[in-house]
Amino acid sequence: MALLKRLIRVLFGRAEAVFDWSFGQSNNPLVNLGPLGWYFFWIVAASGIYLYLFFDTGVTDAYASVEYITHDQWWAAGVMRSLHRYASDALVIVVFLHILREFSLDRLRGKRFFAWITGVPLLWFVYICGITGYWLVWDQLAQYIAIATTEWLDTLPIFGEPIANNFLNSTTLTGRFFTLMVFIHIFGPLFMLFLMWLHVQRHARARVNPPRSLAIGTAVALLALSLVYPAMSQGPADLDVVPATVNLDWYYLVVYPLLDVIPGGQLWLVLVVGSIVLSLMPWIPPAKPVPTAVVSLDNCNGCGRCFDDCPFSAIAMEPRSDDRPYATEAVVNADNCMSCGICVGSCPTSTPFRRATEVIAGIEMPDLTIASLQARTLEDSAAFASGPRVLVYTCSNSDIHDLHSGNVKIIELPCVAMLPPAFIDFALSRNLAEGVMVAGCAEGDCYYRLGDRWMRERLAGERDPYLRRRVDRARLAVNWLPTKAKKRRSKALEEFVASLAELPPGEPARRRRRG
Amino acid sequence: MVKLLRILSQVIAYGAFAFIVGYLSFWPRYHYSAPEFATVKLSLSHATERIVPCVQLTPEEIARLAPNMRRAQTCERRRVPLALQLDVNGEPVLDLQASPSGLWEDGPASVYERFDLPAGAHTITVRMRDSAREEIWDYTLTEDVVLEAGRYLTIGFKPENGGFEFR
Repeated sequence: MALLKRLIRVLFGRAEAVFDWSFGQSNNPLVNLGPLGWYFFWIVAASGIYLYLFFDTGVTDAYASVEYITHDQWWAAGVMRSLHRYASDALVIVVFLHILREFSLDRLRGKRFFAWITGVPLLWFVYICGITGYWLVWDQLAQYIAIATTEWLDTLPIFGEPIANNFLNSTTLTGRFFTLMVFIHIFGPLFMLFLMWLHVQRHARARVNPPRSLAIGTAVALLALSLVYPAMSQGPADLDVVPATVNLDWYYLVVYPLLDVIPGGQLWLVLVVGSIVLSLMPWIPPAKPVPTAVVSLDNCNGCGRCFDDCPFSAIAMEPRSDDRPYATEAVVNADNCMSCGICVGSCPTSTPFRRATEVIAGIEMPDLTIASLQARTLEDSAAFASGPRVLVYTCSNSDIHDLHSGNVKIIELPCVAMLPPAFIDFALSRNLAEGVMVAGCAEGDCYYRLGDRWMRERLAGERDPYLRRRVDRARLAVNWLPTKAKKRRSKALEEFVASLAELPPGEPARRRRRG
Repeated sequence: MVKLLRILSQVIAYGAFAFIVGYLSFWPRYHYSAPEFATVKLSLSHATERIVPCVQLTPEEIARLAPNMRRAQTCERRRVPLALQLDVNGEPVLDLQASPSGLWEDGPASVYERFDLPAGAHTITVRMRDSAREEIWDYTLTEDVVLEAGRYLTIGFKPENGGFEFR
């Protein structure tokens, strides 16, 4: 499993590097697969509503109404029909890439299981909605789908009489089943939308809209495709004639040819067992338990910054439980806490400058406290053997760790957004290093979702706690790159070291007085 | 220059995306059935005889029943399996048994089979047994048919019309 993950990760890494160059990090389509899925869903929904205005839901008139849509009003309804189809196909593409990518990034295990397992029924709904849509056209493809689907459903021991009898010949055809398909095709997407909402419930500020340029680009691509190669029906259905050859939509109908080689019952078994295995993947193998952030009420003034910044909605602000004069206190939900430490980075009490009292923040990670991070910074700065001295704060998903050298000391955090900006000021103002590099995940693709965004905003002075203006920006390098981009990170580090060499050297580190 | 190259690469990426979406949306074509073949569908749903015939109750037995449960006969619920054979040109193609539906096996037994035959003239014989009389077939029909390529022949069963029907 780990090998498979690594292999997929390498493939994605290479593709992402190309798209990073072409589209820029934040517009990289591979970083926006989830938002693109939402976007295509809305295109399908909007075009579907328009098509419904002209669609006749009766089995005998459906084909004629679709022909009207396609030919008589090709410039609006026809284009909408093509968009409806192609956006649905694009949805399948991004959904599968999204699954593969999240799997390769290991964003499914432990407490992140919820989004993964709610995605599995979503997959079924995507297919149910798609297949019923093809049924409604009532052309030869629809006839093939109707016969193949009902024969396949008949392999389940749930129907008293074969439902395939509804499509035996033209005399047995009734609108009963057709009406059911119309119902499923309209209400299925509504339930799908509910599942999509559920899918992102444990994600604060879930990204459900792609960047504007990507939205425009994909819409133009689908529109161009709709105009160049519009979706057409495949001749009217005739239950007395065998639909011998059909143009399948392989995105949705790929399982149907399998029915020629695998008995229907076995194919159901494969799909059901496959779905169960897919649902269990967050626990294969079980994730190591991670520590939960701990609130120190003596140091928490209930400012709510950790609540604002937590990417997994793991923090709630509740009425004060002690007698301190603040309205609220932060309370951590252990079930949702991913141990990213972003809350620690957001806490205004997370500062290494304190001398009068012990360095304890209002919210802390038990395995990496602010005091221990301060100690590690001091230790590493004392161990520089050469210059220019660079402290690199990086996240656990970065592959920069073995760049540790005489003049480069790497300090790993779960997420770079755990680093309070005061530490950069601390390292430079105390001359513990001549330069500080912050190296995190690619823009918009943080393993902990929002770490890169919060850190960028904090460094830019747009979000509390922000980096003080007195910090010389020439001595600070910020590096957002995907995992498996070691060469690019190494190059960025080399360039930063070279730029520091051109600056006046700093004074040797002063020994910190402990009070 | 680099900016231009980036824009060009985006145009290529969007074009490739549209091509992949469009191509697999229609191609490659799928051949569901060979063009020189016809497809035969055999479909029937029929309540077979009960395993034990119904017994006529005597007036005394009926009187002993609660008023709302009085009936003229008492019947075993379970039915016999439906046996079916189909030969084409004297060669057996289907030989199967279908169990009655329902938890108590008291519902109709259903059969749905589909198979392809080369177009042309064929003699099709279909037999069905819906009783426990294993020595005979309760319904039999032999028909000479000329199958057209790419068309369906459906074989149904309507006891009120005398049994099997070819269409």
